[in-house]
Amino acid sequence: MDELITDFVAETTESLSVLDQELVRFEQSPNDSEILGNIFRMMHTIKGTCGFLGLPRLEKVAHAGEDVLGKFRDGTLQPAPESVTLILRCIDQIRSIVDNLASAGTEGDGDDSAIIGELRTLADGPAEPSEEPAAPSVDGGPVLSDEGFPVAADLLAEVALAVAPVQAPKPKQQQQLRAVQTSAADAPIVVRNEPEKSEAKPDSKVDAPKDRAGSQTIRVNVEVLENLMTLVSEMVLTRNQLLQLTRLSEDSVFKEPIQRLSRTTTELQEGVMKTRMQPIGNAWSKLPRIVRDLANELGKKINIDMHGEDTELDRQVLELIQDPLTHMVRNSADHGLETPDERLAGGKHETGTIRLSAFHEGGHIIIEIADDGRGLNTERIRAKIVERGMATSEEAAAMDESQVNQFIMKPGFSTAEKVTKVSGRGVGMDVVRSNIEKIGGTIEFRSAFGLGSTFTIKIPLTLAIISSLVVQCGGERFALPQIAVNEVVRISERSEHRIESLKGLPVLRLRDSLLPLINLRQILKLDGESTGWSPGCNTFEGYVVICRNGSQVLGIIVDSIADAEEIVVKPLSAILGTMRYFSGNTILGDGRVILILDLNDLASDIAQEPVQPSAAREPAEDIRKSGESALLFHTQAEGMKAVPLSRVHRIESFDMATVEVVQGNRVVQYRDQLLPLMSLDGEEGIRREGRQTVLVFGSDGAAVGLAIETIVDIVYDELAIRKPSRSAGVRGSGIVAGRAVDIIEPEYFLAQIAEDVCTAELEVAA
Amino acid sequence: MNAIKQELTVRPLVSGRTEQMVTFFVADQIFGLSAYKVRDVLRAQPLTRVPLAAAEIAGAINLRGHIVTAIDVRARLGAPAAPADASHMCVVVERSGEQFCLVVDAVGDVITVDSVDIEPTPSFLPTAWAQVSGGIYRMQERLLLLLDVEQLLSY
Repeated sequence: MDELITDFVAETTESLSVLDQELVRFEQSPNDSEILGNIFRMMHTIKGTCGFLGLPRLEKVAHAGEDVLGKFRDGTLQPAPESVTLILRCIDQIRSIVDNLASAGTEGDGDDSAIIGELRTLADGPAEPSEEPAAPSVDGGPVLSDEGFPVAADLLAEVALAVAPVQAPKPKQQQQLRAVQTSAADAPIVVRNEPEKSEAKPDSKVDAPKDRAGSQTIRVNVEVLENLMTLVSEMVLTRNQLLQLTRLSEDSVFKEPIQRLSRTTTELQEGVMKTRMQPIGNAWSKLPRIVRDLANELGKKINIDMHGEDTELDRQVLELIQDPLTHMVRNSADHGLETPDERLAGGKHETGTIRLSAFHEGGHIIIEIADDGRGLNTERIRAKIVERGMATSEEAAAMDESQVNQFIMKPGFSTAEKVTKVSGRGVGMDVVRSNIEKIGGTIEFRSAFGLGSTFTIKIPLTLAIISSLVVQCGGERFALPQIAVNEVVRISERSEHRIESLKGLPVLRLRDSLLPLINLRQILKLDGESTGWSPGCNTFEGYVVICRNGSQVLGIIVDSIADAEEIVVKPLSAILGTMRYFSGNTILGDGRVILILDLNDLASDIAQEPVQPSAAREPAEDIRKSGESALLFHTQAEGMKAVPLSRVHRIESFDMATVEVVQGNRVVQYRDQLLPLMSLDGEEGIRREGRQTVLVFGSDGAAVGLAIETIVDIVYDELAIRKPSRSAGVRGSGIVAGRAVDIIEPEYFLAQIAEDVCTAELEVAA
Repeated sequence: MNAIKQELTVRPLVSGRTEQMVTFFVADQIFGLSAYKVRDVLRAQPLTRVPLAAAEIAGAINLRGHIVTAIDVRARLGAPAAPADASHMCVVVERSGEQFCLVVDAVGDVITVDSVDIEPTPSFLPTAWAQVSGGIYRMQERLLLLLDVEQLLSY
């Protein structure tokens, strides 16, 4: 009996998912009798099986639902969106009972009278009393008492139903059936030997669960498959070990058998991997229903279009992308697409389309979620970026479209004017991104204002075995997921690339970009024989591994590159506690354990570091005299200048063509204020064209900009005056970081404008 | 010796059952571990250090295809680190389904201990030791500290 119930739960769960989809299709084409027939049959099967297994609660709910569907089929009741919603609620109720059945083994003792009552009212019309006594009939025939059918007609209907499944289902339906076959996470998954040959099977399976003779598929518990996968992974590791051993000895008698073993292992691995592969349609099966409900709720017309639902990927990956996908589709429906009126006004069809597509590309799966909605208003995002203080208005204006678009995936960023209960575009996009990056994937976003937006997700086929780059640092070896590695750059005194230091942090100039670097040795507190890189060290010899983490590109400083190897990721032991920087460990071909670096953790360090003042970051500098951070810079005149960093409000770069003249002073419009520009070199110090770096002293109300040429460094030292100054704006001269510098007096420049009109609001000045 | 006797107030009321103990040395102290708990005794294994892990974590080893975390018993007991060139051995134990490798200085004989002769942990032991002690067994020449693996691995 238990086994029967288990089978029933698995099959009913599948049928319910199909019902969801079919009902949505039915609503779109209410005259398609084939779809309706399908729906009716599935509901009927559920009801019939419940009666057979003695599940009265389920049976009653299914029966009530079937009654309504029967009316649709007979044409005595016109399907309206409300009635479809009611049927969907009925399915939800059945699902919750089935879930209870699966977890607790009983139907539970909830109250279904409300939903049954509503269904009855719909089926019989409000005046008709309910047919309580007739309901629990075990034969499960549709009750057509309204029209006074004799029992014989009832039986005829049964016969007609039994005959119906023989009709070959349309390929599309079949696809969907296959897709949802394995949707429940804990349910046994179906292993198909030859899906092509089992043409009529999925349908007949749903309809007649007991008739499984000659089936080409068997149900295997997921646990068994997972176990098998683990064993194969172990085998691959041992194989790698053996291969390494035979490589060392020139003419081993084992060479040939090991080669054969190796090949068989590879095939076995591929075979087992195949059993874990599932069509991506499984992750999509819930979406039509979600979109339909959303469309009703938001008063929009949405069409969901799916392509490549049979693209297969690993079960584990599938589970992990399910939630991000749902979130993105909700986002598109809620904020991407406009209301029918807005669409018509914009010259589009009133029905919006969300298009999902999936395909393989070089060991990866590409998933695209596109909508033909309003797209992103980059201007509004720019404004938001500035409002949130994520960048200055000048920086925001200088960003290109794709840079601006990346901001919607930053934490806490939403441009949604109203937050609905469904989503706010941007809210949660950072979560989506981090979930996808967690499985080694990347996400990109494109948008055209007024035309729509597209998310492109790139994820690996499987997580079980990954190719990795083995690097060496501080006497230890670490593995880096190959998917994230862009290139490796050799660093030496003679090579063209050198690690430079900016604020004490290592950076690498590669082609046109300045990449932040991670000093692995320092972060992991490694020692080892060679000394590694440190600020100001020019003799470092090693490599920088350029990696990509989402949209961020960064480099990792390592001593050498050891190997590239396929590895099986194993979780770290719980006793190690929460380890940062490592995502797991593995055993290499030579038998040694190796830790796998977590790029996400490493990259998040970089994101934080520039915020901290350099002095606080270096514990070695803790033993220091009374000093402060100073900004060293050059102006046109010779000689290094320094200014206390604490007095510099911002460092800006202005387009000097926008400089205007008011009351004989040169000013630039800055944050709705006029910022007077000054220079240590008189008029010549302020350029007439091109861009120039400007140090802003003082706060918004009373600020002044000092035009300079180049910023040299930020150092920590005592700003003691050794030689008093004779020129205006200079406090005096001293020795900072071993260099003779002029120390600038910001107060002098602020005093110049203290009583100036320039601090007035823009409107007044204009 | 008298001092110790005064400290030992209660003797366990266990009937005379014998148990096999694997003995090993850490920082000149002899320890005993029930032979039932020991899965394996290995010579020094190539250790992979785990950067930034607690001091007690000696690293990870490959034990027949399984990654096993190695615990530095010296560090766990707060004893000074062994000299860099000193040899060590590994005692593999299991706790709730996971194997652990205890890195010790040396492994001694397997001895038979009568449970009647096991005395409770004296209260004057340093906390780090008292925590992991399952009692004291008096050998002919020295005192054997019985190790409680559960306690040793929970921190």
